[in-house]
Amino acid sequence: MTLREPQGSAAIDPVPGDWQRVSPKYLVVDLLGLLFSAVIFVGGATLPFVFTGEPLLLILPAGMLLIHVLIAAFTPRRVRALGYRLRDDDLVFRKGIMFLRVVAVPYGRMQLVDINRGPIARAFGLSELKLVTAAAASHITIPGLPEADAETLRDRLVELAESRRAGL
Amino acid sequence: MNLADGEWHRLHPATPLLRGGLYLVAIIGIVVANLRERLVEWFLPGVICPPGEIGCDDDPVGQLIDSGYLVIGLLIALGVLLLLIALFYVSWRMHTFRVTAEVVEVKSGVLFRTHRKARLDRIQGVSVSRPLFARLFGAAKLDVEVAGQDANVQLSYLGTSASDLLRADILRLASGSRAASGSQPAGGGAASGSLVERRVSELLAPELHPDVAPPESVVRMPVGRLIGSTLLSGSLVWLLVLIAVVVTVVTLSLTVSSEMVWILFTVVPITFGFGSYLVNRVIKFLRYSIAATPDGVRIGYGLFSTRNDTLPPGRIHSVAVSQNLAWRPADWWTVRVNRASRTTNSSGDGQAQQQSTVVLPVGTRDDVFRVLELLLPELLGAGGGDLRALLEHGLTGKGGDDEFTTSPRRAAVLRWFSWRRNGFALFPGVALLRRGAIWRELAIVPTPRIQSVAVEQGPLERSLRLAGVHLHTVAGPISPRIGALSTDDAQALFRDAASAAVAAAGTDRSHRWRSGEK
Repeated sequence: MTLREPQGSAAIDPVPGDWQRVSPKYLVVDLLGLLFSAVIFVGGATLPFVFTGEPLLLILPAGMLLIHVLIAAFTPRRVRALGYRLRDDDLVFRKGIMFLRVVAVPYGRMQLVDINRGPIARAFGLSELKLVTAAAASHITIPGLPEADAETLRDRLVELAESRRAGL
Repeated sequence: MNLADGEWHRLHPATPLLRGGLYLVAIIGIVVANLRERLVEWFLPGVICPPGEIGCDDDPVGQLIDSGYLVIGLLIALGVLLLLIALFYVSWRMHTFRVTAEVVEVKSGVLFRTHRKARLDRIQGVSVSRPLFARLFGAAKLDVEVAGQDANVQLSYLGTSASDLLRADILRLASGSRAASGSQPAGGGAASGSLVERRVSELLAPELHPDVAPPESVVRMPVGRLIGSTLLSGSLVWLLVLIAVVVTVVTLSLTVSSEMVWILFTVVPITFGFGSYLVNRVIKFLRYSIAATPDGVRIGYGLFSTRNDTLPPGRIHSVAVSQNLAWRPADWWTVRVNRASRTTNSSGDGQAQQQSTVVLPVGTRDDVFRVLELLLPELLGAGGGDLRALLEHGLTGKGGDDEFTTSPRRAAVLRWFSWRRNGFALFPGVALLRRGAIWRELAIVPTPRIQSVAVEQGPLERSLRLAGVHLHTVAGPISPRIGALSTDDAQALFRDAASAAVAAAGTDRSHRWRSGEK
């Protein structure tokens, strides 16, 4: 399936074609995580009002709420914009709608492949795949992969990395 | 004695003394300072304490003598001393290392044993440093640098000539060369003479061991250039700006009240700080030398405490040649590199990290090319004329009419002065990123060292149909990133660099750089 293009022809798309998408369930995971963060931050921002009773201080929680609502509004598009693709010699990963980023990591450069499961993601049977190279800047995290997919992907990547092992 | 024969060896016997050296000196200094009057009294009785005066013997030693516990006190001091010596001896006995054909291993520690092992084909460099204190004892510290944060295998301390030999042996083993271990130099002449003579000759000897490396440096570092470049560096400009601001503030406030003059004195420590920075830099790089050896580039520096690094081929992850505005009339440049081994300097030599990334502190354009020839021999060696011209354009080109693909006119919004110059060029084996019109910089990334490639675009860039590309290499002072390219150019660079990185990584054999020989 293809991704919907980000708006405007000015957007970068260096390797046009089909992208592997993350599970649609990841949207729910992301929103739930955002909800947690909203509860904590809005709650924390309300404390000054609770202690002083000064109504003007309600601006703080209102601002926090607004920020979280805005992030939530963009979340569906942000999740849809996540994509990865296994090419012959490298893995390409893209993310972002406002700040677009496309990274290509040659298989031989991968130093380590991690699978992480957060508590919310685990409830939905999702995992997160993390790739690390010798360069700190290139690390990639692919969230929202079904557990079985994540494991096969990891094994495949390790196998590919092993067959193309290069020095630093 | 061959230290790289695969057997376990011990370090220089004076190691505990050298490691604890500074503390020892400090303790002796404190003791002497506290007992000064008593020492004077011992040798010149009656000078400080005229006989009959009371209250002269009030220090701890005096109290000990008075109370009759002198013997016990001396015994306790002796016991502590013996215990320390025993501990030092045991830790020295337990600190062993060996170098085999595959790994370098160090075992140390008495209660908490550490065992560190480094694979030879992953070595990023070998450095030999000789702090002033250790030099007096004819000892040197050997660092086998391995990729990663603080992953060095440190052999401190070894004898000076032993460390030079061991470095040569480690590099030979790491290179994959099948040449026999024939590196024992005919250094018999230096071993004659008395101990003092040997120490003096070692102290005055050139940093590069004459038998192990050709000592002639390809770059000469005149003192005047070193001082001038430091004075003209950005920090002096900031210092002058700061002084100007302070003076202006003070003169303005003097019209209000005369109590603000004290602010002037805040300038004093800052000026002193700058002075010490200047002196440090000059002393550090005064005996700078850089030379090619079969096992990589050797860079030496330091006047009192000396250090020299060997960078084997293929261990340089990116190179940046840069020049600030003040250096332009003199055509001075500085060359820095990114390397995979890093040290956070909690231990001792404070600026080792900064230094090991500076390959050429300051040099003319000719010097820069000589250094680049050493750093990128396979590219700039014979027949590197095309790349040489390209690099020339990369350093000083204003853009527009050369091989570099530069930003379009609309990028002037983001790159006010440098949009004409801001650009990149791909050459077989190397990617060049040219940036900055005022602070000129050329980043050179060998394609076999590219870890991954990213193309990035923020909202502002999108509205201008621009994008940036980041070539990821190991972390260091250089971030090979080029922004404000047209989207088409950026995407083309991304595609080309990604495929070049894959192709280059597949054919690169520099981790065993001499395995093809013989």
